[in-house]
Amino acid sequence: MMRRLLSVLHARNLEFLRDRSTLLFTLLLPIALVIGMGFVFGGPERPLFKVGVISTQIDPASHPFLRQRYVQFVPLPDAGAALHKLTHQQIDLLVELRSPPRYWVNTDSPKGYMTEKLLLAAAPDAQRQPVSGAGLRYVDWLFPGILGMNMMFSCLFGVGYVVLRYRKSGFLKRLHATPLTAFEFLSAQVLSRLLLIVFVTAVLYAGISLIIGFHNAGSLLLLVLLAVLGALSMIALGLTVAARFSSEELVGGMLNLLTWPMMLLSGIWFSLEGSPRWVQWLAHLFPLTHVLDAARAVMLDGAGLAQIAPNLLFLGFTALAFLAFGAWSFRWRID
Amino acid sequence: MTTPILEVHDLVKQYPATTAVAGVSFNVPPGICFGLLGPNGAGKTTTIEIMEGILPPTSGEVRYRGAPLGARFREEAGILFQKTALQDFLTVRQSIALFRGLYDHGLDVEEVIRLCALEKLADRDSRKLSGGQQQRMLLAIALVNDPQMLFLDEPTTGLDPQARRNFWELVESIKARRKTIILTTHYMEEAELLCDEIVILDRGRIVAQGAPRRLLHEHFAEVLLELPRQDFPAAARALPLKVLDASDRVEITTDDLETTLRTLLDARVPLQNLRIRPANLEDLFLELTGTELRP
Repeated sequence: MMRRLLSVLHARNLEFLRDRSTLLFTLLLPIALVIGMGFVFGGPERPLFKVGVISTQIDPASHPFLRQRYVQFVPLPDAGAALHKLTHQQIDLLVELRSPPRYWVNTDSPKGYMTEKLLLAAAPDAQRQPVSGAGLRYVDWLFPGILGMNMMFSCLFGVGYVVLRYRKSGFLKRLHATPLTAFEFLSAQVLSRLLLIVFVTAVLYAGISLIIGFHNAGSLLLLVLLAVLGALSMIALGLTVAARFSSEELVGGMLNLLTWPMMLLSGIWFSLEGSPRWVQWLAHLFPLTHVLDAARAVMLDGAGLAQIAPNLLFLGFTALAFLAFGAWSFRWRID
Repeated sequence: MTTPILEVHDLVKQYPATTAVAGVSFNVPPGICFGLLGPNGAGKTTTIEIMEGILPPTSGEVRYRGAPLGARFREEAGILFQKTALQDFLTVRQSIALFRGLYDHGLDVEEVIRLCALEKLADRDSRKLSGGQQQRMLLAIALVNDPQMLFLDEPTTGLDPQARRNFWELVESIKARRKTIILTTHYMEEAELLCDEIVILDRGRIVAQGAPRRLLHEHFAEVLLELPRQDFPAAARALPLKVLDASDRVEITTDDLETTLRTLLDARVPLQNLRIRPANLEDLFLELTGTELRP
């Protein structure tokens, strides 16, 4: 079995590496995106203040400060997590509206200074708790999103279209006439794409880290594990689409149907914090959301294995489920 | 009697709009070249693909060495499809090596390359081969597991005469190694040259089966007279002769050559372009399947 799997894996790797134009495109597109995004979003922050409130919900009637204009109030029930956001300048001020109100301000944040003035205008007796910590640039936050997006496209379209091309050309039919099984063939495709994605992601990670001066706060090994499980889950998702269909239009449409919601809702470009509950619930059905949540937790906050274990479990489970479904519904030839 | 290597029992393949194979049965003895002939749409490719285990039949069964097609068959069968695409960007040697890796037993890659005269092409991109070279590479892939049974589905269609003859020599050399070959072809010359036994299919059914020489003897005790169509007047069609229309000529079959010639002379049919020859497989094919164009 291993011999057959390795034969197909070797041939697929050769095929990809010799297709220079595709290889170059795979590497250059995300680099261009990050540099472009760095230029666009790396400058001044958007003119909106974001204040965290230690509470499960925001009731503007409960305090005059909550009726301030141009301020977005975000309920944050977990005080520890809220303080963490403040030290990373993901929020500008943190308040607890008891009597008298208590607030935390990041003394390194100019926007913290401004929001503190707004609070004191509405609640002069509020008690000050200073914290400090350098803020995150948008490009630092965007970086895992770009890596994840590149992985998603490479996983879904790379494998989906390759299998479809093999089926349409009759290559799958020829393989079917050998002792090779569907499981062996699919495993070889998954492994080939996985090796490629991990390699490309590592090159991108190193290259872009140098360009934007990024420092990873967590374990690199944990990121590799996350990349492997995330890629497996998304490759297997691509296989479920390509497993049986023979029409490029249909497969292209179905892959778009999967990628666009992930592009918009998985948190590549902006945080889903504050968005409706059903959007967040929907977003957590996508493997990419779990990849990005966990990657940001590791890269920006230094999270360990225990903190991202639920994301890893989700990715592992979906990888197995998608692969099993793909192998079950696989077709070697055009019916 | 020799135990057949492959048994085909009452194969039926139905599609929503048509029945491609309508109850076909035959046995293939080991070590022979077995031909499946028939006009377009006769069910040849459907039959051979069911025999290869690629296509499931609607009903009926194919048995290899007495057992249903399974792992042993896949390990011991070599297949050359009518059309096969390989992976892009691989050389001839790498394409052959890929398939060699899929079998537990087989020939050395270099040996197969030598066997199919691909030495000078081994490092060329497999997409940059001519039609004849491509077929030789696909034959090499079909031989890579040193198969006991080789399926060749219209292997020389589209090749020029030199490439076709070159391919026939390769098949002859495989026959000499006592391999069983199943061949489908449109070329009667090819079938006559290579096949020890043939089945002629038409509209999904067998219309003739046996050794080519025996079939010819059964159907044609006579010789064939060929005349250009313009030399054969309409009035001559009333003569007591067995006349068959071919594309640009008429063919008259007879077991009494002298009487037939006298009849034609008496009817003043010009004989300066007359050709007399024994019947061949193409005559048998046309007699059994007709001359009308198939959809």
